[in-house]
Amino acid sequence: MKRVLFALGLGMLSLPALAADPSEMLKDPALETRAENLGKELRCLVCQSESIEDSNADLAKDLRIVVREQIQSGKSDAEVKKFVVDRYGDYVLLRPPFKPTTLVLWLGPFAFFGLGLVAVWAFYRRRGASQNPAAPAPLTEAEKRRLDALLKEEK
Amino acid sequence: MIAEIGHFALILALGVALLQAVVPLWGARRNDPVLMGLAGPASVVQFLLVAVSFAALTHAYVVSDFSVMNVFSNSHTDKPLLYKVSGVWGNHEGSLLLWITILALFGLAVSLFGGNLPPGLKARALAVQAMITVGFLLFILFTSNPFERLDPPPINGQGLNPLLQDPGLAFHPPFLYLGYVGFSMAFSFAIAALIEGRVDAAWARWVRPWTLVAWVFLTCGIVLGSWWAYYELGWGGWWYWDPVENASFMPWLAGTALLHSAVVVEKRDALKSWTIFLAILAFGLSLLGTFLVRSGVITSVHAFASDPTRGVFILGLLVIAIGGSFALYAVRAPSLKTGGLFAPISREGALLLNNVLMATGAGTVLLGTLYPLFADAFDLGKVSVGPPFFNSVFVPLMVPMVLAMAAGPFMSWKRADLMGVLGRLKLVLGLAVVAAGVTWFLEGGTAGPWWAAGGIGLAVWLFLGTLAEWAERVRLFKAPAEALGRARRLPRAAWGMTLAHAGLALFIAGATASSAWKQESVQSQKVGEAVTVAGYTFTLTDVRDVQGPNYVASTGTFEVTRDGKPFATMTPAKRTYKMPPRPTTEAAIVGTFWGDVYAVVGDKDPDGGYVTRLYFNPLVPWMWMGALVMVIGGLVSLSDRRHRVGAPTRARAGAKTQPAKA
Repeated sequence: MKRVLFALGLGMLSLPALAADPSEMLKDPALETRAENLGKELRCLVCQSESIEDSNADLAKDLRIVVREQIQSGKSDAEVKKFVVDRYGDYVLLRPPFKPTTLVLWLGPFAFFGLGLVAVWAFYRRRGASQNPAAPAPLTEAEKRRLDALLKEEK
Repeated sequence: MIAEIGHFALILALGVALLQAVVPLWGARRNDPVLMGLAGPASVVQFLLVAVSFAALTHAYVVSDFSVMNVFSNSHTDKPLLYKVSGVWGNHEGSLLLWITILALFGLAVSLFGGNLPPGLKARALAVQAMITVGFLLFILFTSNPFERLDPPPINGQGLNPLLQDPGLAFHPPFLYLGYVGFSMAFSFAIAALIEGRVDAAWARWVRPWTLVAWVFLTCGIVLGSWWAYYELGWGGWWYWDPVENASFMPWLAGTALLHSAVVVEKRDALKSWTIFLAILAFGLSLLGTFLVRSGVITSVHAFASDPTRGVFILGLLVIAIGGSFALYAVRAPSLKTGGLFAPISREGALLLNNVLMATGAGTVLLGTLYPLFADAFDLGKVSVGPPFFNSVFVPLMVPMVLAMAAGPFMSWKRADLMGVLGRLKLVLGLAVVAAGVTWFLEGGTAGPWWAAGGIGLAVWLFLGTLAEWAERVRLFKAPAEALGRARRLPRAAWGMTLAHAGLALFIAGATASSAWKQESVQSQKVGEAVTVAGYTFTLTDVRDVQGPNYVASTGTFEVTRDGKPFATMTPAKRTYKMPPRPTTEAAIVGTFWGDVYAVVGDKDPDGGYVTRLYFNPLVPWMWMGALVMVIGGLVSLSDRRHRVGAPTRARAGAKTQPAKA
């Protein structure tokens, strides 16, 4: 279904995400909040870039329950995450871990910005060096006539 | 018969476009006015042919001609007329035809309103425009023919995906495409300028308003889609960093940068080669966006490889268009003459900083969107890049941008006094800090998300900074008596800037608040039971089935009270469509100044209750209002007389009526 929507490619398309069922939710609101925040970082593996909290696929439901069981058994957020990653791999994390294969991803934005700044710096330096900018090319006869016509039109 | 006319018209249009792509270019090289003059009429004919084709497909949809496969797959006789028409672009083939129609429309605009353009520039730009058309016409004719017939014709169609049967989404694609394709104007003129080897004020005066037109449409398109997601997906989210969303956001970022650097070209004759670069980038990203959503490559590299015809074709198109343009850029850009000098601290310098940050933002979104594909293709393992990544990388990047945004307009051209500017913003800075502090206090210090106070502070900084700049321009405090007159004489472009920047401030406030302080309650609710969220008490009084034209809706009724007083009656629904049989949620939303009261009703559960989701989404109306103010800013700026000098009288009408027509 999601694939069909993507093929249609009409911008923001997603399933009606009526995910978590009230019956799945933990009684303790603090634990439930932790579970929801964790769930938003975990990918529904059979969906297209949806977190398990947003998806109504069966797999997402199972994973939501797993996360809640783990939290209830007293594990920390990091331990729960590790538990899920050990079973499903990094693919399950919507925030990819920082490691050699994702260096480009995490450092890329900084590299872009750095490149931009270097380009700007080079631009100013070049400008500074040529204190005497070339005067703009004089207008040709035809251009002068056009300019006059334009100015007249403006009035 | 009509479908065949449509098909045939497309083939003829291809012939015309081929002619238009070659002859004027040759004519411009030989400086032959006759050959160059061919471009204008050719673009008119090309538009008429494509329009005939589009009309033919629309006709097939309106009369439900199921002998056309495209209509059979995407329509049904039960659909309301609006969705029969919007079904035309609610599918791959039809949306490509819409793309081409809009492209031809922009070509037509060049020949109609470009009477004052230098003939060489006009001929070359139209030739480039035609090259794009040729590419897309080949694509549609060889891989995605919308006029394919079915024999024997089925009795009825398969219907349109119910999610698309919604007013917000009916108009989302045309606006989005007007934006995407609108950047082709800047692109064609950029390529034409590279061929000619010169960029002058006439160039900028043409490119700037048309970029603005594209930007306004793209903004509308993105916001419509976001708004739709907000009310249709049923849990109050409005942006998901989904690849398809990113595909439309990247050209927006590049286009916004282009808009700002085109100002520098026009006013100061500087940053020319950078502006050309951005023009290529903006349209390149539009093409890439089309590729991403059309080829199926997003779903997975493997899906792409299993049905590669379309994907490979459009990838080839992309490589030729973007690769070719950047190659041409690399060869020709160094020869562009540089113009006016400026110091790093100046209006130009501030706009350049905006450009760098915007381009970095576009690059970041591009990297995040494509990285999973690269990782997969180069065997680096399967990676997911989702909202947590984008929020933690993209958002911080925009902070310096907003900080600089309030100060930039205070700076003078060429050389500005940073200390002086900051001095004039002292009061605004103080108020922004106070606003952040108050927010921090109200959300109970560390109890709320730490970034919320910062977001609100930024919004206040930008909003008041923008107002302060306007007040200074009209000398509101120094000479209040003349202020009104000055405001009236203020150039429309300046008004546009003030509005657009203030709109962004509203948007930031809304986005921050709705992300930080959304309140929700999900439960199983029986008829008669009451639930309170954010001070609003929702009593479920009734759930009943209501018959729609092509669906059955299970509609709930909530009597909502606040402090014991009646507030509203809300009727969310869950629809089940007949063809195709799929459910959609229709949230009920009541907007207030401080936020949206939002209710969704879901399935019945075994013990007789209904799953209900009740939300209070703070300041969400500010987001839509902010986006609307930005769009109005763009339109006001379009009406500036200076935007019409390059293409006078007739362009004036064009610039104004374009948005209305859509």
